[in-house]
Amino acid sequence: MSLLSNTTVLLGKELRTEFRSRELLTTTVVFILVVVVLFSFTFDPSSAESRRFAANLLWLAFLFAASLMLQPCFLREQSNDTLSALRLSVNDPFAIFAAKLTANTLFLLLTELLMLPVFSILFNVPVFPVFGQLVLVLFLGSLGVSIAGTALSAISAQARMRELLLPLLLLPLLTPVLVASTQVTVGLLDPAPFVEWKGISFLVIFDVVFLTALWLFGEYLLEE
Amino acid sequence: MMKHALGGAVVVLLLLSAAYAAFFVAPTDVKQGLIYRILFLHVSSAWTGLTAFFVCFVANLMYVWRRTPHWDWLGVSAAEVGLAFTTVVLVTGPIWAHPVWGIWWTWDARLTSTFVLWLLYVSYLLLRTLVEEPDRRALFSALFGIFAFIDVPLVFGSIRWWRTQHPQPIVMGEPGSGLDPTMWNVLRFSWLAMLGLMTLLLLARYRVEAMRGDLEILRREAEAA
Repeated sequence: MSLLSNTTVLLGKELRTEFRSRELLTTTVVFILVVVVLFSFTFDPSSAESRRFAANLLWLAFLFAASLMLQPCFLREQSNDTLSALRLSVNDPFAIFAAKLTANTLFLLLTELLMLPVFSILFNVPVFPVFGQLVLVLFLGSLGVSIAGTALSAISAQARMRELLLPLLLLPLLTPVLVASTQVTVGLLDPAPFVEWKGISFLVIFDVVFLTALWLFGEYLLEE
Repeated sequence: MMKHALGGAVVVLLLLSAAYAAFFVAPTDVKQGLIYRILFLHVSSAWTGLTAFFVCFVANLMYVWRRTPHWDWLGVSAAEVGLAFTTVVLVTGPIWAHPVWGIWWTWDARLTSTFVLWLLYVSYLLLRTLVEEPDRRALFSALFGIFAFIDVPLVFGSIRWWRTQHPQPIVMGEPGSGLDPTMWNVLRFSWLAMLGLMTLLLLARYRVEAMRGDLEILRREAEAA
């Protein structure tokens, strides 16, 4: 019970911090836009041929954005010297991770949902007929990214070259999420949309495995 | 010293006999001809690399549990040795692929997942160079090593499910596929020789790391004095 109430309080803190400035959300949305526009220069996005790659491109943009977005997650605590206070304030250190990864998942999902209509217009792919299923895969994918990313940002916050280190550690680790999410999204954006359940269940497996690993080893990541 | 020389001699002997067996004992492949003999280097290196990464994983777990520097030394040594063997796999792969498939590289399941595996352990070693404080470096790299190793089956699974274009595995593949019994024995023997080489490299690397650890302690003591 204390885990849940601790997590709720900490989640409130994370959300308040972000919504006071909205820095993270704004910069991430702009970053995704820049990536999507730059992609359009590397190939012609209006042709039917390249529309097949829309899903792949979308996930790649989300993944790059996430690797930057997750950066301040622990860095903020580090530079404000609040990590020890956080550690002392909860019984179970997993509450810190649970709150941060929930906040990160929400932020990621929010930016993705903001980008989806824009993306649909720019790349001329209909997203609204499969909106519900898309939200499901976006949620599962973002959850996986956040679980691994929150854990690794606790590591990278205490290293040199941390801005480069987090993407370097995170992106290869997220290969399974990228592969599975892209497969499902490709199916959903197909002219005859279908749900690739194998991909959905794979994402669930990834999330459960990494959540368990974080639950088991998370407290060591916060050692002073 | 004598012990090391003896161990080295045994491993060299093993490797030479494995090479002899690969060239002269194993029969020539009907379709591929001589080139297939690279299998004995390629596949045995792949298995040995995975063995080394498993050693690294165990060492990482033990470090998190016990917090003695020995496990950290073993972890980094195993990661480096595993990376060396995986590099051999990634180099011999294209050499084999070019004459047989007509291309150097294809983004197929096992090639891609081996490449991702290689990248994961490169990141592991990179992480170690970027954390100054020894205890923290050991702990963080151990935790990343654990996450990376847990990720390996997921990487293999995801890529194998969705990105495969080439024939099913011959070794440990579908029923009906399989190697000639002599080839199997030579392959097993090659693996044994490679495991010998792995152990030798691991021990040598561990000794270097232990000396480095001792040096670090002495340096800290000298600075404190």
